[in-house]
Amino acid sequence: MEIPYTVESREDTGLNNVKLGIWLFLASEVMLFGGLFSSYVLLRVGAETWPVGASILSVPIAAFNTVVLIASSVTMVMAWASLKMNDFGKFRLYLGSTVGLAVLFLVVKAYEYSDKFSHDLYPSESTFLAIYFTVTGLHALHIIGGIIVNGYFVGPGSKMWKTAPEQFTNRIEAAGLYWHFVDLVWIFLFPVLYLL
Amino acid sequence: MSGTSADEIRKHVKVYVMVFVALMVLTVATVGVSYLALSIPLAILVALIVATIKGSLVARYFMHLVGEKKAVTWSLMLTAVFFCLLMFLPLFATLDHIGQ
Repeated sequence: MEIPYTVESREDTGLNNVKLGIWLFLASEVMLFGGLFSSYVLLRVGAETWPVGASILSVPIAAFNTVVLIASSVTMVMAWASLKMNDFGKFRLYLGSTVGLAVLFLVVKAYEYSDKFSHDLYPSESTFLAIYFTVTGLHALHIIGGIIVNGYFVGPGSKMWKTAPEQFTNRIEAAGLYWHFVDLVWIFLFPVLYLL
Repeated sequence: MSGTSADEIRKHVKVYVMVFVALMVLTVATVGVSYLALSIPLAILVALIVATIKGSLVARYFMHLVGEKKAVTWSLMLTAVFFCLLMFLPLFATLDHIGQ
C-alpha cells in the first residue's frame, strides 16, 4: 500500500509529507542551536571577563567561510530550480558545486581548528573556547550530514529522477531547506563568535 | 511549490542572484562594522540586526517562505515564541544575583 501525500498535497494543509516533515524537523533544530546560543549568552553575561573574538579567532578566514557557505546555498537552490526547469545536467552541476563548497568550508574549518590546537588552545583552555568549539563543532557535524545527503542525491540517489521526477524534486527541495538552515545558523554564529 | 511553472522558476532565478549579491554586501558590512570600535551593546545590536536581515533573506527567498502555506508559517511562529523563551528565561537565573 502506498503512503498517501508523498507527492500530492493534503487538501486541508496544502502540504505534502516532505514539506511538513522537513519544516517540523528544522523547528526542532532551531531549539537545538537555540539552546547553545542561550548557553553562550548565559556564559558571557556571567563571566568576569570575555575575550574579543577577533583577538583569538581569524576574522578573514571566517568571513571567507561565510562567503563559501552563502554561495553553497545559492548553488543548492539553483539545483532545485534546474530540476523544476527539467534540466538534469544543470541540477547535477549545481548540487555537485554545493557539495564541493561544503567540503571547502570543512577544510577551512579543519585548518582553523588545527591552528588553535597547535597553539595549545583547546576547549578546556577557557569558557570562550569551550562554547566556540562546541557550537562550531555541532555546526560542522551538520555540514557533514548535508554533504552525505547531497552527495547521495548527486550520485546513486539521482536515479529516482527517471522513475519519479516529482518525488525526486521534492527530496531536493527538502535537502535544500536543511542546507539553507545550516547556512542560516552560520550567518548568526559568525558575528556572535568572531566579531563581538 | 509543486505547481510552479518553468517560467515562474526563471523569474525566481533572477531573485536568487539578487539575494546572493545582497548577502555578499551585508557580509562585507558585518565585517566592516566590526572595525568601527562601537560600544559592546551597540556592536551586539548592529551585528544581530544585520544577521537578522541576512537570515530573513535566506528564509524568505531561498527557503521559499514567501507565500508558503499557513501550516508552515504558524509552526515557525510558534517555534519563534519558544526560541525567545529559551533565550530569555535562563537570564532570570542571573537576575536574583544569588551567589554573586
